[in-house]
Amino acid sequence: MTRHAVSLALALSALVTAGPALADDDWIPPVTDALTMAECGDCHMAFQPGFLPARSWEAMMDGLADHFGDDATIAADKADHIRAYLTANAGDRIRAGMAREYMRWVRADGVPLRITENPAFLDEHDFRPSVWERPEVVTKSNCPACHTAAERGYYEDD
Amino acid sequence: MPVPSARLSTLSLAAGLGLAILAPISAHADAAAERRAILDALAEEARAADPAFSGFSAAAGETLFRTAWAGGDERTPSCTACHTEDPTAMGRNAKTGRPIEPVAVSVNPDRFTDPDEVAKQFRRDCKAVLGRACTAQEKGDYITFMAEQ
Ligand code: HEC
Repeated sequence: MTRHAVSLALALSALVTAGPALADDDWIPPVTDALTMAECGDCHMAFQPGFLPARSWEAMMDGLADHFGDDATIAADKADHIRAYLTANAGDRIRAGMAREYMRWVRADGVPLRITENPAFLDEHDFRPSVWERPEVVTKSNCPACHTAAERGYYEDD
Repeated sequence: MPVPSARLSTLSLAAGLGLAILAPISAHADAAAERRAILDALAEEARAADPAFSGFSAAAGETLFRTAWAGGDERTPSCTACHTEDPTAMGRNAKTGRPIEPVAVSVNPDRFTDPDEVAKQFRRDCKAVLGRACTAQEKGDYITFMAEQ
């Protein structure tokens, strides 16, 4: 490689690494595990694990039989795999992107289950009722209804 | 020599096209066989539950699909609450807002081909709509109906 090529490559890789960091307030590491994507994504968007601390994901996976009122139980081997992925990438483990902001509001002993109750969420979603009543929204946890790139970890305002 | 090599590439292009055309057909055949296997297992279960079992009915499946059972979650009185009245149309989960791909086999040939997925979804959806598990007869009727849509 010529010296030019080397410095170009360095500059490019710096850009790539800096990309998400620059947008820390509207980016969170996306789900990269196929099974987690498929199983959680059956009924709702597969939320990024960075929005909750590891102990919350433990509680979530312990409570699948009554998952916000629904029976969301799955085969034990699948549940184990998903639990390991979610806890390893939880907000208090990765501390990247929006996970930092969300974790700031979680008490040391808190075990939140609803991402939509985090003050970081509420701060950004103080809308008129008519916005929540749009037919494509249905519920506050339906991120992609408005944030079209939510599944890829981007929550830019629109 | 330009002529033979041109022929050769035409041949391999044709072969490639042939493969590309054949592949989806055999994938559909596989899907149909997988769906048939699921129906066979359900038929066996239905016969064990009722010796008078006489096969599955698309008409009964349609009734299951369209009836307002209102036995489970109040947001989902019927299957159509999420899958819509038209099985060939996109649905939307009435609880989470998530879009659902059409359930008609004509639109989605891979429907009802993964036994785990089918079992899991019947368990969840029948509980949400009827407030109880569906019987093997009901499950077979439903798949039979959707296979014709
Ligand atoms: C709460 C919304 C909801 C309701 C109500 C609902 N379903 Fe579903 N159904 C889903 C979702 C979500 C999926 C999984 C996503 C997918 O397959 O595209 C699904 C998938 C299925 C599948 C699996 C399809 C496959 O290809 O394997 C079956 C079977 C099924 N539903 C049956 C029913 C029946 C029978 C009813 C009515 C008794 C019903 N559903 C009502 C949401 C619903």
